Amino acid sequence: MSNRVAVVGVGQTKYAAKRQDVSIAGLLREAATRALDDAGMTWADIDAVVIGKAPDMFEGVMMPELYLADALGAVGKPMLRVHTAGSVGGSTGVMATHLVSSGAHKRVLVVCFEKQSESNATWALSIRLPFTGGSVTGAGGFFAPVIRAYMRRANAPDDIGIKVAVKDRLNALNNPYAHLKLPDISEEMVRESPMLWDPIRYLETCPSSDGACAIVLADEDSAKGTPNPPAWIHGTAVRSEPTMGAGRDVVNPHAGRDCAKDVYAQAGITDPRRDIDCAEIYVPFSWYEPMWMENLGFAAEGEGWKMVDDGSTSFTGDMPINPSGGVLSSNPIGASGMCRFAEAALQVRGMAGDHQVDGARTALGHAYGGGAQFFAMWIVGSEPR
Amino acid sequence: MSADVVDEAVPPVTVIECPTRLDFSYTPGVAQSRFLRALERGEITGQRCPKCKKVYVPPRGACSMCGVATEEELVLSGKGTITTFCTTQIPSPGLVPPYVTAWIRLDGSDITSMFLIQECDPAEVRLGMRVEAVWVEEADRKADLGNISYFRPIDEPDAEYETYKDYV
Ligand SMILES: [Zn+2]
Repeated sequence: MSNRVAVVGVGQTKYAAKRQDVSIAGLLREAATRALDDAGMTWADIDAVVIGKAPDMFEGVMMPELYLADALGAVGKPMLRVHTAGSVGGSTGVMATHLVSSGAHKRVLVVCFEKQSESNATWALSIRLPFTGGSVTGAGGFFAPVIRAYMRRANAPDDIGIKVAVKDRLNALNNPYAHLKLPDISEEMVRESPMLWDPIRYLETCPSSDGACAIVLADEDSAKGTPNPPAWIHGTAVRSEPTMGAGRDVVNPHAGRDCAKDVYAQAGITDPRRDIDCAEIYVPFSWYEPMWMENLGFAAEGEGWKMVDDGSTSFTGDMPINPSGGVLSSNPIGASGMCRFAEAALQVRGMAGDHQVDGARTALGHAYGGGAQFFAMWIVGSEPR
Repeated sequence: MSADVVDEAVPPVTVIECPTRLDFSYTPGVAQSRFLRALERGEITGQRCPKCKKVYVPPRGACSMCGVATEEELVLSGKGTITTFCTTQIPSPGLVPPYVTAWIRLDGSDITSMFLIQECDPAEVRLGMRVEAVWVEEADRKADLGNISYFRPIDEPDAEYETYKDYV
């Protein structure tokens, strides 16, 4: 990256099943205002606005960027919308970073959102395509076979997904913004929850959430004198691959491996498990944690599940994954990737509150989307690089 | 008359229904048009990439991985192997749970396609299971993938894991 870029503000709404007290615009404004407050800035300080969300069909609002320009203070300023399916929260952060690192703008407001209660994402994802046989019901219908293939490939014990489901819900109890709060969560409770898409049980899936997440990015000069510690962006990367490619590996996608390699190289990371203090990764179904541990190079192929089994990825483990409770606890789809990026920033700023990982100085934010074909990542640190 | 005070006693309108319906048309293009005409004849065709030699079903006219045009066309048997699957327990239009959706590597192809598995107890479905396409009656066939109703098991030994493990 050419010019240094920092996250100087983070704002989140409370994630909830239904936010019927606010419109979509009101929801975004809530997150954006909190991010500006954190940055010690006002709307007038912002040079450009970048927003991200998942498919328009999730709320039925065509081109929401048009109607959001005024609510986000973008009148008379550049406003862009990014869309890369579920990874959009991550890729929006990356695109906005480029606006600052390139010198095009000094202070950029980035807001991602979803208001799932206004429509039905499962059915929006279940439309019959002209060349797809059978029936895929929702994202779970697509990802369950991938998980089954992973379990076979890695010879993983079948309770690994249950362990992740419990771990993330326990973490969520320490995050005031998390949607699902299940203080009584236990392996037994997860095991006995209904099987939806075998091998995925109800409590191994993410909730449907309303919510927005905003960040303020600043160049080095603008970051000086902001009231709270900045998170310095050490590297950003996005990668994609085709939906239908002969030789694709959906379980351990090449695009994810390449994306990680790129972002680690930019950030000077040679051993991710040693060099990264904690990570916020996109885990909409519990089994994706061990799968991404391998894809991201935290574990050797076939061994990601062992990091779950031995507690390494728990809040007190050596590689805490999703201390915020992750997507399994809050899933405003278009914002879910940005939540990962923002939570990674909060960790290295020392501002994660009750889910702060002690001494976190380098953190990874990760998002994926589509049929595991879009990846977006960033590495943030307490110090500039 | 003044109306500049918000009356807190009036409950807010939290939701209004906005039903929207859209019907779409789709132009399949050259490669998929040929595939659809083959389906009309009761055949499943694929196309081979000249570079990586992998066979695509349905043919796309190009290899997505190599970025080169595919021209060599071949007819497949309609038999294949389940490389992975999911048993869905939630209702879907026209389907009674539990129902099985499988990723099938058709013999002679190098990519999987997703199909329903029927004429079989869902609990019996397993990785490596050998299956075949079940077609709609000849008189009802159209240029549509719906010509294949579903796949069903065939009386053949399961495929070895090594032969299908990379097809997910
Ligand atoms: Zn090829």
